[in-house]
Amino acid sequence: MDNLIINEGFPLLSFLIFFPLAGAVVMLFSSSDSFARFWTLTVTSITAILSIPLVTGFDATTPSYQFAENHSWIPQLNINYVIGIDGISILLVMLTTMIMPFCVLASWKYIKARVTPFMICLLIMETSMIGVFVALDFVLFYVLWEFMLIPMYLLIAIWGGPRKIYASIKFFLYTLAGSILLLVAIIALYLKNGSFFIPDMMWQNYSVTFQILVFLAFFLAFAIKVPMFPFHTWLPAAHVEAPTAGSVILASVLLKMGTYGFLRFCLPITPDATFIIAPFILWLSIAGILYGGFTALAQNDMKKLIAYSSVGHMGFVTLGIFVLNTQGVEGAIMQMINHGVTTGALFLCVGMIYERTHSRELSVAAGVGKYMPWYVTFLAFFALSSFGFPGTNSFIGEFLVLAGTFKADIFLALAAIPGAVLAAAYMLRMLQRVIWGGTNNPDQSYLVDLNFREIITLTPFLIFVFWIGLGPQPFIDLMHTSVASLLDQLHSWQQQGIAQAVLR
Amino acid sequence: MSWENALIVAILMSSFLPGIIIFMLPEKSTGLRTSLNLFGALLKMTLVVIMDLAIYYGRVFHMRLELMEGVELFLNADPLSAMFATLSSVLWLLTTIYAVGYLEGSPNRSHFFGYFSLCVTVTIGIAMAGNLITFLLFYEMLTLATYPLIIHRGTDEALAAGRSYLFYAFGGGGVFLFAVIWLHTLAGPADFTSAGFTPQLIDNDAPVLRFIFLLMIAGVGVKAALVPLHGWLPRAMVAPAPVSALLHAVAVVKAGAFGITRIVLDVYGIKNIIQLGLLPWLMTLSSITIIWGSLRALQQDGLKQRLAYSTVSQISYIALGISLADHRLALIGGLVHLVHQGLMKITLFFCAGNLAETLGIHKISEMAGVGRRLPLTMAAFTIGAMGMIGIPPTIGFVSKWYLCLGGITAHNWWVIVVLVISSLLNGAYFLPIIITAWFGKQQGSWPREKNFGRFETHWMLLAPPLVTALAVIVAGIIANAQFSPLAWVEFVVQEYTR
Repeated sequence: MDNLIINEGFPLLSFLIFFPLAGAVVMLFSSSDSFARFWTLTVTSITAILSIPLVTGFDATTPSYQFAENHSWIPQLNINYVIGIDGISILLVMLTTMIMPFCVLASWKYIKARVTPFMICLLIMETSMIGVFVALDFVLFYVLWEFMLIPMYLLIAIWGGPRKIYASIKFFLYTLAGSILLLVAIIALYLKNGSFFIPDMMWQNYSVTFQILVFLAFFLAFAIKVPMFPFHTWLPAAHVEAPTAGSVILASVLLKMGTYGFLRFCLPITPDATFIIAPFILWLSIAGILYGGFTALAQNDMKKLIAYSSVGHMGFVTLGIFVLNTQGVEGAIMQMINHGVTTGALFLCVGMIYERTHSRELSVAAGVGKYMPWYVTFLAFFALSSFGFPGTNSFIGEFLVLAGTFKADIFLALAAIPGAVLAAAYMLRMLQRVIWGGTNNPDQSYLVDLNFREIITLTPFLIFVFWIGLGPQPFIDLMHTSVASLLDQLHSWQQQGIAQAVLR
Repeated sequence: MSWENALIVAILMSSFLPGIIIFMLPEKSTGLRTSLNLFGALLKMTLVVIMDLAIYYGRVFHMRLELMEGVELFLNADPLSAMFATLSSVLWLLTTIYAVGYLEGSPNRSHFFGYFSLCVTVTIGIAMAGNLITFLLFYEMLTLATYPLIIHRGTDEALAAGRSYLFYAFGGGGVFLFAVIWLHTLAGPADFTSAGFTPQLIDNDAPVLRFIFLLMIAGVGVKAALVPLHGWLPRAMVAPAPVSALLHAVAVVKAGAFGITRIVLDVYGIKNIIQLGLLPWLMTLSSITIIWGSLRALQQDGLKQRLAYSTVSQISYIALGISLADHRLALIGGLVHLVHQGLMKITLFFCAGNLAETLGIHKISEMAGVGRRLPLTMAAFTIGAMGMIGIPPTIGFVSKWYLCLGGITAHNWWVIVVLVISSLLNGAYFLPIIITAWFGKQQGSWPREKNFGRFETHWMLLAPPLVTALAVIVAGIIANAQFSPLAWVEFVVQEYTR
């Protein structure tokens, strides 16, 4: 456990994990709706503010796990409560803590029934999401990974749209099906190592067959979560039926867990298998990018449109990860954050229209630009960001991913470019409809523009769109050492393998 | 911040801030909107002229903003940018006056003028872009900022034209992005000021560099309306006349032509591009476009459509000149056409707008005898058309003269043939319009006539084409003077032929 930098002082990470849970417990003793709203907002805001020291105190020069805590949990099985963050997870933790207060704000009026249980679900979600990103013990990881499904399931099944039962069960079954094999792989790895400590499992001499089996088990779990084409069908259903806050959490954080899993587990635990299987995943990513783009182009439901666009965007992320070079992986992590910011904001925007018109259809929202200029201004910036317009955050991510892809394989890059153009096509199609519409727009004169709460909700997202778009270097610096170290180890592992093969 | 940087920022802001304020103004505050617009345009023009002088006296305008390692936004005003920026800002002022008159009393003007100002801002941004990333940024922004203007009328036809425009422009943008990233991974970050690649790169990767060049030309060729990527332009003519005038005669297509110029002169560098043998390809493409555009123009009855195809053809003179970049005279001919074509074409579009707005005339077949009803407008139109054909002493003649001289010094008879054929075709599609307008007999009443009191049309519609028509002649006569477009182009070319 020498790659842990133990946090001797205030147990910040544990606090971030358990504070929302404690907040949820407090709410059990109240039945007031407005108390639930204000309390949840307070708890999530405090969590967000207290997560800032993670960045300020982060040492970007070491690939070790920082702010680490290590306590014994189940000694008989050598299961420990080990947590810590490195350059790969820090931005994801920050994304999670930062986005939660806005999910609460977005549910302020949207959720009218059973407010307290809803807020409790949100807080439990936060606990398990942060936990997943910081867990360094595989059992801890798995427990939280599974635990997360329950509040998310409830969010969709109770506060969802008309087809919520179908969507929530589909969501649950898909993710659960993936997780079962993940558990098998974890146990197999435990039997080999006698430890659940994740870094202990990395860079071990497993046989190639074993690696491939483990990789495939991981892959199924993570690919469903991402979701990669063709495992994506749960996503549009879940997004469409989920309440706004649910969609935002789903898009911004939950989808990142799959790609985080690839980086944290697949690459270092099964490096040989990674090299063998990567080409297939790359082309699967391309298929996802193109499929997501074309399908999004055909949608008339705004939430579905954004959901399919997520399939395309996450294709870029997996593409970046599996080109296995620094630019690609850094671009992929940037793109995870960007997708979280931008798509989260887009779902918030759709939610705002839904609250007013009770429809997500493009035809109903046609021409709202005339009556809601502030709204469409925000929407336009987020749409631009979504298709990677230069100057916005996604451009940086896509640029890095594409530059990495170029280095790996020119044909891959060639195949990915139409995806970028498609993204422009479907986003601008949506924008055109919403801002101007056609000659037969429905009467929108009853619409009122964004209120103060909504502007407060959207503005931070806009700030991040341009902050990352115009000054991404600090973000890249945070992750660089960890990414470089991961890739160095990966490539020297490959060299060793070749050397050994030659010796034989 | 040095005063040079402050000036660059001020030039961009002088149209951006008025644009943003105009968006927020209520529809009714016409006076405030117009004053803001004119103030911004005048301010911008003044600032650009100050910058021109400073550049002439050797000042350097650089401004960097690093995005991440190797990727930075870089604004760099060199003589070539100054030329494009001056053209855009002067014509913006005229078009603003024109647009105020043209849109009097029509709906959604805040919207219109807001986007109009954004368009000018990004056009200046394109002019001052100092590397490919910055160029790409403004180039894509131009697509977005012009789109609302194309669909301004909101009719189904306008929406369809807008879709086709986006399809072409973003298709091109995607190809361009691809090429930019590819080049970036091959050659690393490079400013426009450090033209060219290392010799090793050319030795090792010549085929790839050639392919990237083609991709880049295809990317910017969409906006420059190179055949077969020109389809959006005639359709986009559904936009209101000031939009067609400034954007589709000057800003958008020029941005494409300017892009070609930058790629050849500054990204690849003349020496490398000759070594890679790429210029003949560009020449072939531009020759085909020149002839094809003219042939298609002949077939149009819609006045704006004919002008649009004429633009397709004329813009490629610039590319033709660039394709002889190793010959100074041809390069001058091509670059000076960037300015000259803008002046001539905007005159023609202003006049076409006057015909539509005053008399409801949209087709050439309706124009018989219109010269007697709108003598000043048609005089301006005639001058513009004469320029297009290349009759002395107009500026069109100056461009063609230099292109021909360049063709001769290069011993490239092909260029001469293309120029002669296209001039004949120019005559063939412009002279009938002029003859019908002046000598034809009016058939019945005009489709939709409006009266504007003392003048033949609203004075704000009349003054701009007269000014530009005058410029078409004067700039031709004083071509040798110190600050004529030609003299400035010679100053630009100095840098590249040293």
